[in-house]
Amino acid sequence: MTKSLFLGALTAVGLTAGAAGAATLDDVQARGHLNCGVNTGLVGFAAPDSNGTWEGFDVGVCRAVAAAVLGDPMAVEFVTTTGQTRFTALASGEVDMLARNTTWTFTRDNDLKFEFTGVNYYDGQGFMIPKELGVTSAKDLDGATVCIQTGTTTELNLADFFRVNNISYEPVPIETNAEAQQQYLAGACDVYTTDASGLAATRATFENPQEHVILPEIISKEPLGPLVRHGDNEWGDIVRWTLNALVAAEEYGITSANIDELAQGTNNPEINRILGTEGNLGEMIGLESDWAVNAIKAGGNYGELFERYIGESTPVGLSRGLNAQWTNGGLLYAPPFR
Amino acid sequence: MSDTHAQTVRFVRDSMIEPQEPPISETGVIRWVRENLFSGWLNILLTVVSLAVIYFALSHLLPWFLQMVWNAGSLSECREIRNERYGPDAASACFAVIRERWHQLLFGFYPVEAYWRAVLGFVVFLAGMSPVLFTSLPRKLLWASAATPFVCYALFWGGSIWGPVATALGFAIGAGAYSLGFRAGGKLAASIAAIVVPILYWLFLAGPLARALTGIAPIGLPFIPSDDFGGFMLSTIIGLSAILLSLPLGILLALGRQSHLFIINKVSIGFIEIIRGVPLIVWLFTASLLLNYFLPPGTNFDLMLRVIIMATLFSSAYIAEVVRGGLAALPSGQYEGADSLGLDYWQSMRLIILPQALKISIPGIVNTFIGLFKDTTLVVFIGLLDPIGLSNSIRATTEWNGIYWELFVFIGVLFFICCFSMSRYSIYLERKLQRENR
Repeated sequence: MTKSLFLGALTAVGLTAGAAGAATLDDVQARGHLNCGVNTGLVGFAAPDSNGTWEGFDVGVCRAVAAAVLGDPMAVEFVTTTGQTRFTALASGEVDMLARNTTWTFTRDNDLKFEFTGVNYYDGQGFMIPKELGVTSAKDLDGATVCIQTGTTTELNLADFFRVNNISYEPVPIETNAEAQQQYLAGACDVYTTDASGLAATRATFENPQEHVILPEIISKEPLGPLVRHGDNEWGDIVRWTLNALVAAEEYGITSANIDELAQGTNNPEINRILGTEGNLGEMIGLESDWAVNAIKAGGNYGELFERYIGESTPVGLSRGLNAQWTNGGLLYAPPFR
Repeated sequence: MSDTHAQTVRFVRDSMIEPQEPPISETGVIRWVRENLFSGWLNILLTVVSLAVIYFALSHLLPWFLQMVWNAGSLSECREIRNERYGPDAASACFAVIRERWHQLLFGFYPVEAYWRAVLGFVVFLAGMSPVLFTSLPRKLLWASAATPFVCYALFWGGSIWGPVATALGFAIGAGAYSLGFRAGGKLAASIAAIVVPILYWLFLAGPLARALTGIAPIGLPFIPSDDFGGFMLSTIIGLSAILLSLPLGILLALGRQSHLFIINKVSIGFIEIIRGVPLIVWLFTASLLLNYFLPPGTNFDLMLRVIIMATLFSSAYIAEVVRGGLAALPSGQYEGADSLGLDYWQSMRLIILPQALKISIPGIVNTFIGLFKDTTLVVFIGLLDPIGLSNSIRATTEWNGIYWELFVFIGVLFFICCFSMSRYSIYLERKLQRENR
């Protein structure tokens, strides 16, 4: 009885939330800023600098959307969310979108009633071990002690991997990445496992990074992307196509350096359509015709964002890998703008 | 006799012998050491072991602490400076992170140009509370204490000053309603009027009134949303608000639990047991997640306020039990004495029972408050950026990723200062209120 009452209340709230959320774009424009849910801190993806300005690869997506919608990349209120609070924050309307290294999964898309608007980083779970152990493959890790963050999908992936390969391990549960670094360096575990991007960022902070290796096996698919609520397709389209615009801009060579020049008009109709000098794509999506210009100017195209925050020139030092354009053997493939 | 004496007189001392220095093993440091540290084989053993442990700890900690680096822009720069000064692999604390980020650990994302407001707010708070804390100050200053919360709100959050003014007016209206009701229909009517009238006022009149006054005279500081609050300031605001609000609520609950009125008694017991039986972290999740589902969408009432309410309720349940301990410790003669003087319930509580019961409860109350203050760090789990949360954010920047203890040391020192002051104050209060065994 009470349970059905509770569910009934949830459903009622869900319906009203759906109705109220039907005009997120209007809400954002009336409010004058975008509420964007981000991680409380993840190296390269979201972190405040010493002036309190948020920076990072996920943050870049928020700023691009704010620029597309409001014309100002700084018109974003960042709402910090933890792994537990992120989905409620989005479902309740506390944030307009979530750009918080969230893996796109079936249940999150359907059961939790969210809409993933694309993938901004293709990640996967990996292993890091000290070089002196002489292990070259994750399949040789039989009997190893493994540092693992509790309550995450990485924990389940790890169990799956060791079961499939019929080897055993001893988990050392830890709470945060910082704690994991301490435990791993202190030798409390032989192996540290988390997303490969996180491993690279962690290794970069070590005194002697060359003494640690990241094993070649990637044991899971972790497509990370921005997401919005079900029920407001117009808003979902805006977020989706802002991300697509960033990816397409890299493909067509539109950078923050040359965008002003290209926005005068070029002889490439696709570029013209993206930048709004030809056709009326902006109008179709309910925005100004220069929405994509603003989005790309916010932090540069996808490649520029990548290089600035997590690329090989940064301490995080990630190579493009799966996140290269499809023309370079990666998975980034923006649908045509026409 | 005298002859004998005359003959022996040369052997009699005519001056007092100077007192000699005690043997070196019976004096000063050596005696203290011998008596306290090496008085038996067991103590000798324990002393040696303790010294070894202390040496071991210090030999690891002191070099790390003393070889500190303050001027660097990132962890790798810290390491370079250390390599230059102390050689590679030397233990070295990189306090440069504190130097660069101390303002974030203290104020969160509060705007830099408004730091004076936060500092002034705390000064006003301490000054406003001092008439309550130190009875030697004139009692009339208590009116200033009553105004303090509203002044602090206007400083911390800002916005039009008419909001806090209109809210404060509600209390005056309540007092007015009480005296009017008392004249019209006696005590019960007065109590009901004192509760209902202000609530109606806050619900329907306070908002329009504040807006109207703002329209006439827009005075006030720029508004700063709660999202920008963070760091130690957030912990302190949550902690102090909860402490202030939970003491009166806790006392009422304790009295309610002792009450012979059936409903009040059962409601108090139910409230205390339910709140106390569930961990604080669950209440915080309730505040941040569950309430979001039950409130109508769009009414996003402030997360920080929700947390303050939950922390207040949580600590008031504990305070209630501590105060109940004090009430139970009073001999029943005190209750009977109060009754025999013809005092009514509230008079006897106010004049006789509570002053004694609260005095007994002071250590327990302060203990609960210190616990509550430290528990405010739990808000990190619901995404509020208290010092611990900010330490995660700071570690997430590429400059400071990999730094660990330095941040915790700084946060620990901040909390220690606050908690230790509270503990000292409680000891001062106990000494001052000590009436027996003088």
